[in-house]
Amino acid sequence: MNWIRQKIDQIKEPFEPGNKLEKYRPAINALDTFLFVPDHTTKKGAHIRDAVDLKRTMITVVLALIPALIFGMWNAGYQHYTQLGENPAFLEAFLHGAYKIVPMIVVSYAVGLGLEFAFAIMRGHEVNEGYLVTGLLIPMIMPVDIPLWMVALSVIFAVLIGKEAFGGTGMNILNPALTARAFAFFAYPTYMSGNKIWVSEASNVDSISGETILGSLAANKEVTYNAAEMFTGIIPGSISETSTLCIVAGALILILTKVADWRIILSGVIGAAAMGLLLNALPSMGVEGNGLTNFPWYNHLIVGGFAFGIVFMATDPVSAAQTMKGKWIYGVLIGLTAILIRTLNPAYPEGIMLSILLLNVFAPTIDHYVIEGNIKKRKKRLDMKSVKTA
Amino acid sequence: MPIDVKIKKGLKLNLKGEAKNSIEQAQKSKTVALRPSNFHSLVPKLVLKEGAKIKAGDEVFFSKYSDKTRVVSPVSGVLKEIKRGAKRKILEVIIEADDNIEYKDFGSMNPLESESSLVKERIFSTGLGIFLNQRPYNIPADADDTPKAIYISAYDTAPLSASYEVVLKDKAEYFQNGINALTKLTGGKVYLGVDKQSATFLKDVQNVELITISGPHPAGNVGTLIHETEPMNRGERVWTINPEDVAIIGEQFKTGKYNAERTVVVTGSAAHENNRKYFKTIIGSEVKSFLTDFEDNSRIISGNVLTGEKIESDGYINFFSNTLTVIPEGNEYRMFGWVPFKDNDIHSASKTSLSWLFPNKKYDVNTNLNGEERALVVTGEMEEMMPMDILPMQLLKACMAGDIEKMENLGIYEVVPEDFALVEYTNTSKIEAQEIIRNGLDLMITEVG
Repeated sequence: MNWIRQKIDQIKEPFEPGNKLEKYRPAINALDTFLFVPDHTTKKGAHIRDAVDLKRTMITVVLALIPALIFGMWNAGYQHYTQLGENPAFLEAFLHGAYKIVPMIVVSYAVGLGLEFAFAIMRGHEVNEGYLVTGLLIPMIMPVDIPLWMVALSVIFAVLIGKEAFGGTGMNILNPALTARAFAFFAYPTYMSGNKIWVSEASNVDSISGETILGSLAANKEVTYNAAEMFTGIIPGSISETSTLCIVAGALILILTKVADWRIILSGVIGAAAMGLLLNALPSMGVEGNGLTNFPWYNHLIVGGFAFGIVFMATDPVSAAQTMKGKWIYGVLIGLTAILIRTLNPAYPEGIMLSILLLNVFAPTIDHYVIEGNIKKRKKRLDMKSVKTA
Repeated sequence: MPIDVKIKKGLKLNLKGEAKNSIEQAQKSKTVALRPSNFHSLVPKLVLKEGAKIKAGDEVFFSKYSDKTRVVSPVSGVLKEIKRGAKRKILEVIIEADDNIEYKDFGSMNPLESESSLVKERIFSTGLGIFLNQRPYNIPADADDTPKAIYISAYDTAPLSASYEVVLKDKAEYFQNGINALTKLTGGKVYLGVDKQSATFLKDVQNVELITISGPHPAGNVGTLIHETEPMNRGERVWTINPEDVAIIGEQFKTGKYNAERTVVVTGSAAHENNRKYFKTIIGSEVKSFLTDFEDNSRIISGNVLTGEKIESDGYINFFSNTLTVIPEGNEYRMFGWVPFKDNDIHSASKTSLSWLFPNKKYDVNTNLNGEERALVVTGEMEEMMPMDILPMQLLKACMAGDIEKMENLGIYEVVPEDFALVEYTNTSKIEAQEIIRNGLDLMITEVG
């Protein structure tokens, strides 16, 4: 270990303050701190510090994403081969998916981290770890056949406009990964919606239809998948959103490590279930619903991107509500609007992306009212006091 | 009936290096130092010149803005040196101590039978007033104020801190006398917080409103007690004082002597076990007079690990400190330290380490930052460390932005830096929460007063 440390210190020499590559210090530091926790000691305030840091937190999220990612790779291949009428071995299916998806991840990290490093050097701050998560999330929520240059462009948009324009990590209003997806969705709708994009090679091979469940429902067609398939995720869809099972595994990691706030996940599910129940009840109220409104409320929770969105996107602490009460309100509203958009707006068979982005925008407002509540309590106390003494 | 304060939020940090409960007389400190920086915001005006002969209780300096805020000498001897820094700012006043302390005689006074104004006059004119700190802002109390209450916390819940049962063991009588004097300073109550679990004599103290405390740190912080009993509002003043200083006041009223005895506990894993005990010494003593046996490459802290001040081994203990903590420096690299569930022997309140599975394990801590400073990303963790009804992250952001109205609205008057010590300790982004609060309070002093 000492030998590696000495080598690194040697490499870092030209980057030290006063030397000619000083400007590029954040870049070399980012690499170094991935090998070693630095020898920095506390200077002010508390003399001891918790073992947790942002790297650890972000890596925990990446870990939580792994089950869904692995499943997504396998499912991409499995959907492709089964729709062709073949019955692939696990490895065959997985390799097909990996062949498609690994390049997307590489492009996303290369472009995104490149920008992050450039901004860190330009602004003279250390490289923030947030992109480790964002960079993995972006390919995971894309359709499997999206061209790599579109991934790159979406990443550039998300990092520049979604994040750096607001001041970088911690300052952004919208979730960067969803910003990337929304960009791709509105800029290249033919690659991001329709019936021909959800299964690998569906657009080139006629025999593959590969409609998503929500797509079929929106077109008032019969759904041929059962609840077990929907839950395990052996259905067409964006790369990693299909398996509610793997997402629940990730959610458990996030909740047990307290990296994601359970309040948002729970309240989101409650909100979605409530809206689902309400829509299911429409026929009994004399309103004829459509295929989506009549879809059982519990199935709404396990198809589409809802589960993935509420677990991995809505819980992004920067763009979510930040107060405890605010998180409950924020979660419920995401759940309600996600299912509402999904069922009642024919243009968007899935509503979770827009619903989270919408609530990202309103999160500061929600927080504002929660904070006002705290302020009012304090003012009331002061008023009571002045009345007593007067 | 005592008031019961029970809190749930916070953190009980079990650290290695606890001290034995035995008290020993420390070696005589050849010199003592009075440092103006120990009294926040105090700008000193010196009364004496170098070479002056003084008795214990003689005035050394007073506040430029209030001549009733006086600091007197804890020992008799010769004023040896006035150390100055940039712009001739006074850093330290060093007094060479006599072998036998000669006390200035203030005469005896029974506080219970005396006029309030006379008691107050005596406390402030003889330099005892400097033991009183004012909330908001945590600055020396102003003699012209009448506080709405006085708070004493005799239960320090901070890690590796002194036990007041040990410190006050043979000072019960003086402590009671000091309380009697304090009751004359306020129109309200004198609150005394004690550990609910212990059967200490402190529970029998008269003329106080007793608060029994239970829960993790910061349960014993004065700020927590104030918040749970009579929360601070705008324009109000509360005074706080440390228990041993109450005994000093009580003794001075009884005997007429300013006996600035300080019981200091030496703790921390880098102090050797035979050195880890309580020492009777004098306020402002040389650290080396009682810290004799400790590891190299360690940090000496006057105070506890969360709020104390770093000092050198040839330095002096702070005016208010009764704890000297010695822990190893953490100036070492640690490979792949960011991997979750690795290095579980480093304490973490976060669940990304397995250390939470062992709540009773004692940890060996060092001063490594365990990461680097980052933008604030994680939410919800500060709230877990804040028992008060205060939004910690929002208050910190208001302080960073210098938004006075918002700071006031969010309760800046109710907090002092130590209330944010655990927020700072557990923070993922490694921000300096205590310094941010201190700067916020200083801004309030200049803008609102």
